[in-house]
Amino acid sequence: MSPDSDVKTLTIDEREVSARAGQTVLDVARENEIPIPTLCHLEGLSDVGACRLCLVEIAGSPKLLPACVTTVQEGMQITTDSERLRKHRRTILEMLFAERNHVCSVCVANNHCELQSMAQSMGLTHIRLPYRNAAYDVDASHIRFTVDHNRCILCQRCIRVCAEIEGAHVWDIMNRGTNCLVITDLKDDWGASTCTSCGKCVEVCPTGALFNKARVGSPHPKKPEFLPYLNLMRNA
Amino acid sequence: MSKLKLATVWLDGCSGCHMSFLDLDEKILELAALIDLVYSPLVDAREYPDMVDIALVEGAVASEADLEKIRKVRAHTKTLVAMGDCAVTGNVPAMRNPIGVEAIMKRAYIENATTQQQLPTLGLPKLLPIVQPIHQYVKVDVFLPGCPPSAQTFHAALTALIAGTPLDIPALTRFGA
Repeated sequence: MSPDSDVKTLTIDEREVSARAGQTVLDVARENEIPIPTLCHLEGLSDVGACRLCLVEIAGSPKLLPACVTTVQEGMQITTDSERLRKHRRTILEMLFAERNHVCSVCVANNHCELQSMAQSMGLTHIRLPYRNAAYDVDASHIRFTVDHNRCILCQRCIRVCAEIEGAHVWDIMNRGTNCLVITDLKDDWGASTCTSCGKCVEVCPTGALFNKARVGSPHPKKPEFLPYLNLMRNA
Repeated sequence: MSKLKLATVWLDGCSGCHMSFLDLDEKILELAALIDLVYSPLVDAREYPDMVDIALVEGAVASEADLEKIRKVRAHTKTLVAMGDCAVTGNVPAMRNPIGVEAIMKRAYIENATTQQQLPTLGLPKLLPIVQPIHQYVKVDVFLPGCPPSAQTFHAALTALIAGTPLDIPALTRFGA
């Protein structure tokens, strides 16, 4: 890698950092141990900018940009933490809680949920928005797994891990707005779909939307750590 | 210094928050030196007093009686604490919201009843169309999530509220904790 063409210098929160061309703002921030909250990003999967929690300010741009899908440019001045960003991130989280049923106390993922711990780390003690109280379906047709759309935050990790790592592309997404649903095949029952039953989608799901039936009533921690290893082996 | 007046209120919840509060065990004695419990399901007072310093409110607002009560509590309380997930988020009681009052009443009093299959008309407060957290109706000063908040959370929060010292709630508890 030749330094003259491939190295970019920029500032994040007034700190000078260097990056390789093509890296995302999120990658560079994490390399430099500058925290940016995320829910849809997962190391080992492509980025889609679905959750919008990683929004950052970039000098010269009136719009906030998602750090996970914004590539670095020479001379960029990035702010990852400000009153404005905190306000937007908090509102995004509150909208996630208000959209569907996220009753932690009765959820299979209670205490092992990224949405729950994100709320705590952001100091969220209540949701100011009125809850929508909408009902979504639960598909328990698969012999081992269940999808509860009431818990889904549409991060699309399941879709990406199925397509990019398992290579099956059983999961996809349909509809728009609050009607969005992750679906198996063409909205076939999960149990009747072309699912390979590998279980990767369950392990990467940040909430209790996808869960293993055998774990209901017991702690259900998710283990997405396998992803970087699988990628490493694939590239070897 | 005169003692602070503490009230605890029970709306639509399972009383688990009150139980967890009682789990303070011997620390309740420390607390008793600093506060007077003037109104609570745990004491005899039937009328909410004129002025209360701190009110811990358990449960969501589910019925007309809950609504009347929470408005009265707010009017006569300096610091209103939403105690536990039902008060803070609606939690389990609010899970009836997508189903609707009519279907819920029918299931409870007609479909699942073996005798006297009829809807109650006397003695029960009317249910509101949806169950909502307290702050959708009145101003809440302190939100204490948890299902229930632990005894340690109650101790830390009450100690801070009584002493008037800063309170870092997310360090103590969270939704579903």
